[in-house]
Amino acid sequence: MIRSAAVHAGRSLRRPTSHAKVVASRGLATVADPPVRHYGGLKDQDRIFQNILSRHDHGIKGAMARGDWHKTKDILLKGDSWIIQQIKDSGLRGRGGAGFPSGLKWSFMNKPGWEKDPRPRYLVVNADEGEPGTCKDREIMRGDPHKLVEGCLVAGRAMNATAAYIYIRGEFYQEACHLQQAIDEAYKAGFIGKNACGSGYDFDVYVHRGAGAYICGEETALIESLEGKQGKPRLKPPFPADVGLFGCPSTVANVETVAVAPTIVRRGASWFASFGRERNQGTKLYCISGHVNNPCVVEEEMSIPLQDLIEKHCGGVIGGWDNLLGIIPGGCSVPILPKPMCEQVLMDFDSLKDAQSGLGTGAVIVMNKSTDVVAAIARFSKFYKHESCGQCTPCREGTTWMMNMMDRFVEGRGHEREIDMLLELTKQIEGRTICALGDAAAWPIQGLMRHFRPEVEKRIADYRAKHGKVLFGGKLVSDVDGTHALPDNMGAFLPEVEAPKAQSP
Amino acid sequence: MITRTAFRAACKAAKPKQTVPASARSLHASSSQSSDALFVHRDTPYNNSKIPFEFTPDNMKKAQEIIARYPPQYKKAAAIPLLDLGQRQNKGWTSISVMNYIANLLEVPSMRIYEVATFYTMFNREPIGENLLQVCTTTPCALRGGYDILKACEDHLKIKPGQSTEDGKFTLLEVECLGACSSAPMFQMNDDFYEDLTPETTRKILDAFAAGEKPKAGPQSGRHTIENSAGLTSLTSTPYGPGQHCVPEFQ
Repeated sequence: MIRSAAVHAGRSLRRPTSHAKVVASRGLATVADPPVRHYGGLKDQDRIFQNILSRHDHGIKGAMARGDWHKTKDILLKGDSWIIQQIKDSGLRGRGGAGFPSGLKWSFMNKPGWEKDPRPRYLVVNADEGEPGTCKDREIMRGDPHKLVEGCLVAGRAMNATAAYIYIRGEFYQEACHLQQAIDEAYKAGFIGKNACGSGYDFDVYVHRGAGAYICGEETALIESLEGKQGKPRLKPPFPADVGLFGCPSTVANVETVAVAPTIVRRGASWFASFGRERNQGTKLYCISGHVNNPCVVEEEMSIPLQDLIEKHCGGVIGGWDNLLGIIPGGCSVPILPKPMCEQVLMDFDSLKDAQSGLGTGAVIVMNKSTDVVAAIARFSKFYKHESCGQCTPCREGTTWMMNMMDRFVEGRGHEREIDMLLELTKQIEGRTICALGDAAAWPIQGLMRHFRPEVEKRIADYRAKHGKVLFGGKLVSDVDGTHALPDNMGAFLPEVEAPKAQSP
Repeated sequence: MITRTAFRAACKAAKPKQTVPASARSLHASSSQSSDALFVHRDTPYNNSKIPFEFTPDNMKKAQEIIARYPPQYKKAAAIPLLDLGQRQNKGWTSISVMNYIANLLEVPSMRIYEVATFYTMFNREPIGENLLQVCTTTPCALRGGYDILKACEDHLKIKPGQSTEDGKFTLLEVECLGACSSAPMFQMNDDFYEDLTPETTRKILDAFAAGEKPKAGPQSGRHTIENSAGLTSLTSTPYGPGQHCVPEFQ
């Protein structure tokens, strides 16, 4: 209830009519409207990452001048439950895509009786940033690597970990160098290693470079890969907090989640919680790519309206807002939003979920009207086909089928009933695989068909008008050898469907 | 029969810009279109297990450092970093000897290392040119002209993705997202990202590499990193210092 009211309040910023409707539907005249709060407009002093633009020194001297490693010892001495409570109070949700409450996740490591477990315990930082559209962790690691190293220490202390492994994607060579430099400097200064920061707590941080596999961004695949195997996801349970890296309790967390922790603790949970809507608090790095005038990475308040984000920080859509076709708000795994919805949504987990999309990693991919939207989504299908690890049959086979069908739809070479076949196929993949790559491959196509189906139908109709009837599987009826019998299940003898007259939205 | 030809036609239609696969085979009718590279190993004069390989003393030291990062009973965890090290020493590609050597070093069956080397795309199991050029064409790059960059590379080097130039200077690959989407289109040359490309700057960079130079990596449009190129919209003030804005306890 609260959530929907808040969404309406957000909408009212743009659409006074719908706002009026909400008021009219309310029965009690005495209830005052909640004050309309406009999100966005984060001040520089409230930005956690002061050097994501790499305009200052990324070494320890520059980092300490920007407030890193300041009284870290005092934070560590506060103890695990205090740090976890701070993170819980701050409302921080995982920044890697799923948005799981971080404080809660970290607390899974400290089950009753954990002290009696002799196994080492690990924090694994997921820096395998491979989601198309996402380029935020890279900027953290090359501009503010000390924030991540310090974050490892603080988060590691909270979950009583003995070491942290940072799994960075292999292509990020420069970033891995900066990170390694930061770790070496921190060891030298006594901030990590034996008796970290003089707190009596031992903690090691290691960098592990991957070798180019998108699937290793999945937490259990990442663990497998870190163990020196193929990056094929594991079944859960057991969850990594019980049996994870090297068979020990582990927690996998995104770079941004870990890197913000020390600043949250130092500046207070209530400070962080003061940004964004309820249950979506904090600041977030957004990376905007595609058809905007000035693509960039920027830290902004959660719940900033999508349109504001683009107009304010990216110089607007190429050709103006009216030239917008659609936006993928959270990296390639989430469904696309058409223009009318882009004007309404706020950039947070709940608002985008209500719009049947998702915040994902905060990677905004903008497409203007010059885009061939079918080709754009078909390219994602190719991406998933390439990146499927091949462990589960629905995903391994399904991604190839989806790619082939999508590629045909780009030119319209298909039967109109194949759209529903494709949708059914996506439903057969979604939820039937070990990890979420299958779901992620299915959602962009579902999003496309949800919002741009007329466009796909139009292409099929145009192609049919030009080349004649198309059978299931893309073969033209005119190519069929008439001397052979044609099976009934090829779609040749189905009643014709009227070509849709409506243009794409 | 019809289904088979239909399937072939569909394949043809589906891949209008069919590129020559990295390893064009002559023995088999079916090419390995489903993958970037061949998964099986065939002994060749340049790639067989009789060719010796071992780490240089320098690299051996690095390898020991890497192995020390992991628990002693999980030495195998060093497989990926060591394969990378071996590949760097072996002119940018991972031969069967490199894999065998690392399997030996880590005391695991060779097959465990073959599995890893075939799974990850960064291990080249065929020799490559001096410079490995990887052009990203995933949607965020494609929206801003990634395919134009690929075409510029193809035309300039006169090769297709998966092939090397005759002088052995370049190997061209078409790859998936490299994680620099806000500065698209981009390509990776060896270890460096070249971002904000246009066909002109692409040709310039390729010429420079062909001449043995190494142009400055990063955005080629003049901006520093990933800031708004029309002027900063954030982080315009000087960064705050230690303890500033913190709760009293941590000031």
